[in-house]
Amino acid sequence: MSVRLSRRSFLVGTALAATLPVPALAQSKPVRIGLLTVKTGPLAQGGIQMEQGITRFLKDRNYTLAGRKAELVVADTGGNPAGTKTKTQELVERDNVDLIVGPLAAFELLAITDYAAQAKMPILSLAAAEDMTQRRPNPYFVRASATSAQSMHPLADYAAKELRFKRVVTISEDFAFGHEQMGGFHRVFEDAGGRVVKKLWPPLVTPDYTPYLAQISGVDAVVQGFAGSNPLKFMKQYQDQGLKLPVLSGSVGCDDALLKSFGDEAIGVISCSAYTADLDTPSNKRFAEGMVRDYGNIPGIYAAGLYINGMVAEAALEKTGGKTEDKEALIKALRAVSLTDTPRGPFRFDHLGNVIGNFYIRRCERKGDKLVNTTIKTYPNVSQFWTYDEKWFLAQPVYSRDYPPVKS
Amino acid sequence: MKRLALVAALAILAAAPLWVGGTYYVNVASQILIYAIFALGVNVLAGYAGLVSLGHAGLFGIAAYGGAKLMSAGHGQVVVTVGGLAVTLVAAAFFATLSLRATGLGFVMITVALGQIVWGVAYRWISLTNGDNGISISGRPRPFGLSLASPAGFYWATFVVFLAAVASMAILVASPFGASVRGTRDQARRMNALGYHVWMIRFLAFLFSGFWSGVAGILYLYYNQFVSPQMVALTASAEVLLMVISGGTATLLGPIVGAGLVVVMKNVASAYIERWNFVLGAIFVAIVVFMPDGLVPGTVRLGRWGLAAWRPRAPSAVPAPGEDDGR
Amino acid sequence: MSLWLVLAVNSITLGGLLFLLSAGFSLIFGLMKIPNLTHGSFFMLGAYLATSLIARGFNFWTAALVGGLLVAALGGIVERLILRRLAGAELAQVLVTLGLSFMIADVCLMVWTGDPIRIDTPAGLRGATSVLGLGFPTYRLAISLIAVIFAAALWALLDRTRLGAMIRAGVDDPAMARVVGIRVSRLFTIVFCLGAWLAGFAGVIGGPILSVYPGLDGEMLPLALVVVILGGTGSLVGSLVGSFVVGFLYNFGQAMFPELAYVVLFLPMLIVLVVRPQGLFGRQTV
Repeated sequence: MSVRLSRRSFLVGTALAATLPVPALAQSKPVRIGLLTVKTGPLAQGGIQMEQGITRFLKDRNYTLAGRKAELVVADTGGNPAGTKTKTQELVERDNVDLIVGPLAAFELLAITDYAAQAKMPILSLAAAEDMTQRRPNPYFVRASATSAQSMHPLADYAAKELRFKRVVTISEDFAFGHEQMGGFHRVFEDAGGRVVKKLWPPLVTPDYTPYLAQISGVDAVVQGFAGSNPLKFMKQYQDQGLKLPVLSGSVGCDDALLKSFGDEAIGVISCSAYTADLDTPSNKRFAEGMVRDYGNIPGIYAAGLYINGMVAEAALEKTGGKTEDKEALIKALRAVSLTDTPRGPFRFDHLGNVIGNFYIRRCERKGDKLVNTTIKTYPNVSQFWTYDEKWFLAQPVYSRDYPPVKS
Repeated sequence: MKRLALVAALAILAAAPLWVGGTYYVNVASQILIYAIFALGVNVLAGYAGLVSLGHAGLFGIAAYGGAKLMSAGHGQVVVTVGGLAVTLVAAAFFATLSLRATGLGFVMITVALGQIVWGVAYRWISLTNGDNGISISGRPRPFGLSLASPAGFYWATFVVFLAAVASMAILVASPFGASVRGTRDQARRMNALGYHVWMIRFLAFLFSGFWSGVAGILYLYYNQFVSPQMVALTASAEVLLMVISGGTATLLGPIVGAGLVVVMKNVASAYIERWNFVLGAIFVAIVVFMPDGLVPGTVRLGRWGLAAWRPRAPSAVPAPGEDDGR
Repeated sequence: MSLWLVLAVNSITLGGLLFLLSAGFSLIFGLMKIPNLTHGSFFMLGAYLATSLIARGFNFWTAALVGGLLVAALGGIVERLILRRLAGAELAQVLVTLGLSFMIADVCLMVWTGDPIRIDTPAGLRGATSVLGLGFPTYRLAISLIAVIFAAALWALLDRTRLGAMIRAGVDDPAMARVVGIRVSRLFTIVFCLGAWLAGFAGVIGGPILSVYPGLDGEMLPLALVVVILGGTGSLVGSLVGSFVVGFLYNFGQAMFPELAYVVLFLPMLIVLVVRPQGLFGRQTV
């Protein structure tokens, strides 16, 4: 039976509790986790999975973390920055949550980071904006998933060294997430001797990719970083256009949860992600089986990311003895978390709050009547700076549309 | 009687941070006021001049982006506000010149196109607007040295601006210029024949409307301390228009009530109703169908009907439902 | 060289899809003077319905026709119950269609959830065909053919049938049409249903290219708007020409000026509105 609280039942319960005479026992308040997610509009696909992931986690722990009861307070941001700000204020000021998981999108996170830092509210988010843990770090921020480029560095390494690609074209949406992913790939690929010949940037909303597909030629492979429902559209149009070059994908372009929507066009796509559904750890088995049972689909990085955030929160609470009032102690405990048995394998955090962990190279294959991503290589201990020196890395400009520049 | 009610309403609004219960709700109240100013501005065009614009979010956004850019360049609060408003006025003049080439649906379509172009620029001209990452600013203004960092402080400052907006609207409406604006809505040809320069009247009304939209934009920038392309999307223009229509275009109170309705629905009700998008759409359909004048006139009508039904029937003439009681 | 050829052919095929999308919008806008902002939602709903029909074993083309019919039925209900009450109040009608689009989008999210759904290219039209030495997706070429067939059919309807004559009369002068005994309000319902059917049908036809996902409605509506404004409201020829113009603008614009992708579409629309508000082929002044 789910004790997942909607706002409605939470308030009803509080109202009831307020009317009942409460014995003066030292009854500890439940720890409140606020979830900022998107449940309406085009981003709802990832947002709904995020809620499923954290709910799955809390169910697995019977809504008890470190001996304290846990409550989830869900807020729908609508996928726009102003809405996210308002919902964050709601969670912080009205619902008095102890920590926040989410939000989904980088632009949502950027809208609330100053406010949350002022309120000393710990945030565990999947949003991949690089500078959140690099050049403009938020001291209360923890990211257990990856920066935009963190999964692309190993992919570029693999492409250059093992697949021996020499020339590639990158194509990704024209917004920060796309720029940062492709920037990361670009740097490592060229440092390993390859060359990025052209970078294509279709707008986020592109019904027809043909004008871009028509410009792809004279290369060994295509690197894409599409997100949301765009990977589906892109791969279908790619196949229809008759292009046969191998496709390398970012973490969300071939996400495990998206596989059920793909057809044969996805077979052979090689992607790199922080999470892979076929990872053989006990916690991943338990998590994935629970997800299939509850929601009928294998989980992808959105659900896994939130499940893992739940584990991080639990580990931190165990360190602080269940206490959440001292925010400084809580964030210190959060950043000190280091786990081995998780759905993404072992990981820990660097001093800026970003994860150092395994990244998996997978190839999409057909097994029976389903598409699966099969892990073909694991890169351990990958940090957000790859093999570069941190100081040097931070001294460079952040990855953007024109950085690294395409060499003519 | 009306004046007393007005003063009482303003007093209640002014004291809002004291009775509204929690800083979260004070913030919601600030948002309502900001959108009310925006809606009042749009109402000048849509209600009084009969020119419906679906591109005003573009002006709202230009003010906010202009202010944000000036602030990032290091200028002080006064320059930011004045500069932002100046840019908005120039943009409004440009919009007006283009849109006033047509009326009715043609006008609407031109404003849609202009709004979409502003949105496209905000999204893709990344070196100017930082694209979808938006621009963050730090700090709020300190008029006369008073800090606006707290929700209550910001609310009162917004309230002062709101009063100025309402006052200016009231003056406009009562003035001869206001009458001529309504004249161009009702009988443009006759106004022309009488010697009024219809285009210029509409143009000035557009500027006035654009000015207050810009003011709302700057307040929004200070409130959120963030601006992003979503502010200028078509849905944002549509939402403010819905605020105006749902409240009622013929009154000053209408846009304010409409702003309250939409803001509360989006921010507060969305916490309790999972399918709030659907409910929002349904409410608008219901309002447009059943209360086409808007909530305010519709409620007033309902109120009068209710009062008439409650009053004990005297043997002498009783005002029939719907019949004007002389006011 | 081959790039330009690919873009040129794709402009025509995209134009075909846009025509199917916009024909309904143009009819409704022309006759009823309503920019039907629910049009994108009808497009998306038709596609979603078809995914369910196909999952139940219907073949693609049947699903397209039936999906269109279901959307047409919804359109009819909307027109009779809601739009009819607001006859004459064009602004109110626009806003109602906007509110309805919120509602339809949310219902789709509830029923089909947020994951994108793929529609398989119908058998027989998969793969590529060779045109001038280059391969083009066969299905897209087929869409152009379908668009031409529909354009011809609609033209025949408007030009050769009584119904068409009544529609043209209603577009040119509704008051006079009423005077000569044309039941304009029933005409409105028929046209709205036809427009909705076309939108739903187009959604299914576009499915193998676009797939179906939340937000599809908001992506397609501006394109329909641009086509109809450019081409002229109420004019079939205008929609056809407008579709191909937008197809060309889209393809060449995206390839040559990707940063200005949105501006390239809306700037011509703005210019046409300012210079010739009735569009290239429109007849009445808007």
